[in-house]
Amino acid sequence: MKRFEKAVVVGASSGLGRAIALQLAQAGSTVVAVARREDRLRELAETRPGRILPLMHDVTRTEEVPRAFEDACRMAAGLDLIVYSAGVMPPVGPTEFDTAKDLRIFAVNVLGAMAWLNQAAERFQQAGHGAIVGIGSVAGDRGRRGQPAYNASKAALHAYLEALRNRLHARGVSVATFKPGPMRTEMTAHLSLRNAMDPEVAAAKILEKAHVSGEHYLSLGHRLAFAVLRNLPSSVFRRLPV
Amino acid sequence: MKVEGRLARLCGFGMTAAADAYLFQPTCEDDLRELLRLARRTGRKVLLRGAGRSYGDAAILPEAIAIGLERLNRILSWDPSTGLLVAEAGVTIGDLWRFTLQDGWWPPVVSGTMYPTLGGAVAMNIHGKNAFRAGTIGEHLEWLDVMDTTGVVHRLEPSAAGFRAVVGGAGLAGIIVRAALRMKRVPSGDLRVYAQAVDNWDQQFEVFERFAHDADYLVSWVDCFARGRSAGRGLIHAAWYAEGSSATLRTEHQDLPDTVLGLVPKSVVWRVLKLLNRRSAMRLLNATKYRLGTVIGNGKTEHQSLVAFSFLLDYVPNWRWAYLPGGFIQYQSFVPKETARWVFENQIALQQERRLESFLGVLKRHRPDPCLISHGVDGFSLALDFKVTPSNRDRLWELAHEMNELVLEAGGRFYLAKDSTLRPEDLRRWLGPNLEEWRLWRRRFDPDGLLVSSLGLRTGLIEP
Repeated sequence: MKRFEKAVVVGASSGLGRAIALQLAQAGSTVVAVARREDRLRELAETRPGRILPLMHDVTRTEEVPRAFEDACRMAAGLDLIVYSAGVMPPVGPTEFDTAKDLRIFAVNVLGAMAWLNQAAERFQQAGHGAIVGIGSVAGDRGRRGQPAYNASKAALHAYLEALRNRLHARGVSVATFKPGPMRTEMTAHLSLRNAMDPEVAAAKILEKAHVSGEHYLSLGHRLAFAVLRNLPSSVFRRLPV
Repeated sequence: MKVEGRLARLCGFGMTAAADAYLFQPTCEDDLRELLRLARRTGRKVLLRGAGRSYGDAAILPEAIAIGLERLNRILSWDPSTGLLVAEAGVTIGDLWRFTLQDGWWPPVVSGTMYPTLGGAVAMNIHGKNAFRAGTIGEHLEWLDVMDTTGVVHRLEPSAAGFRAVVGGAGLAGIIVRAALRMKRVPSGDLRVYAQAVDNWDQQFEVFERFAHDADYLVSWVDCFARGRSAGRGLIHAAWYAEGSSATLRTEHQDLPDTVLGLVPKSVVWRVLKLLNRRSAMRLLNATKYRLGTVIGNGKTEHQSLVAFSFLLDYVPNWRWAYLPGGFIQYQSFVPKETARWVFENQIALQQERRLESFLGVLKRHRPDPCLISHGVDGFSLALDFKVTPSNRDRLWELAHEMNELVLEAGGRFYLAKDSTLRPEDLRRWLGPNLEEWRLWRRRFDPDGLLVSSLGLRTGLIEP
């Protein structure tokens, strides 16, 4: 794993973000953990005092991001890596079409990501180095019937990150998109998942390649399966039980 | 507000502290004024930085407008008949001797490396191996030009009250832009260097005091691994200016060799040091150095160039990389002569008890200096290098705080150029009423608190 001296993890209070923050701190990074829930952040910071620095912030308040980003950089005394891991996936009924819920998904999964990663992109472009990591999902590869807005939000995030990657390629900045499959987290607690990955395992795989630009699946199986799924015609895909 | 400029990772010399800042390198006073305006416009603090040779966090500050003064580097006037040199703040100690030695003059005070800038040297009020005789660099200044943060330049002579605040003020009480330095006349470019191995603390202090009466330079290496009756053993070097030919004043005579033992390119030596940079190997190396010192050159005098003797740290390029990835801290405390032995003995015993021995110990003799933030005492200093790793960091800082307690109890002092561990309570006890007086002067030169450094915030030298 490449050592990042100074990192910001957005969405660090639980699940994958928390595991990434802990593993970075374990490896010697100074990590600013950004999240909305104060009690969770405090508990996380207490696990590695001085290494994990808590910063409360609600990613849907995009107008507050420039200030929060600057505070985060000041707290970490710099920035080498930003991980945007905040995400929501509320339960959606098979016949439900709730615009408010969908907008909320986009606010957290896409707009929050753009607000934070735009700041990081501008800074890294100026510094001539840095690593941006966005946590996408295999769910963003196709429009499934179960989670239309969630799928669309992850697809949007993938496209946005690809664009960042292409923009920043010549500036020495890496942009990595990770597409985990099912994971055992609070976000997926309402789903009955088989073969789900532990967030700690996923975090380790992500940090291993955090500095490598490109799109990454977390297992060879996913990579192969989604190479096929991505290319299935819609008429076939809609018949699959996914 | 965002800043257009070079966003750079600035690092302390010990590589344990680093921060990103917007780095600008002005070349004239108007550039400086423009940067002060930029800082105000963008709501950012200003960090002053010379060559970045302070070991800890004196020249870093996250998200600041960092003003690197290295390009403000002209020698403005030089009078070989009087030895008075006027230079801008970014001129290095190396620039100084290269310019004046051919005329028979040498900087009155030099650090162990020639790379610090004059501005940085004055801001930290550096001392050298002649501290017991020549004091600190501030005592050799004819005047200083200091820009306050409104952009006005003040000429301060040593008699001016503010002089004592700016010199040693760690770049937090005004911007040093120029200085007039009285150089030291030397008979040649060589020194007569006498080496003597000493077996314990008793001998260290006895021999030191013996030479302090007439030596021009005096320094001792201490084996921090030695214990019991051997505790304090080491190797003392005393040096005197030598008579010699004018050829020794030439730069070519002074240049350091490119190889070690005429064979190994110096550029690779740090890699070898890195392999050896662990406790067990260092214990062995220290013991070997002492043993060799007792047989090779012991009690003998040899000629050495001023550069070779003075700038020992420059012998091995990038030697500090041997401490990567965690870096190192240098801990130097200054203790009155009456209590120095007690403090240093106990500091080293504490290190040994914690298995955190310094890989290098250097003992020097000092005299008091007149600055408000002053490290000089009529006594001794012991400088210690500690390797920092993720697993020893917390224990090391705890050790440093315990050693601080010993120093403060004995009426000792600290040196901000070296510091990484002082806490506000330590600083208050060290500086006493001088702290408030210094802060008054800081407010005169920096009324809106623009000048900040991580060291200033950590130690409580400046109020947040």
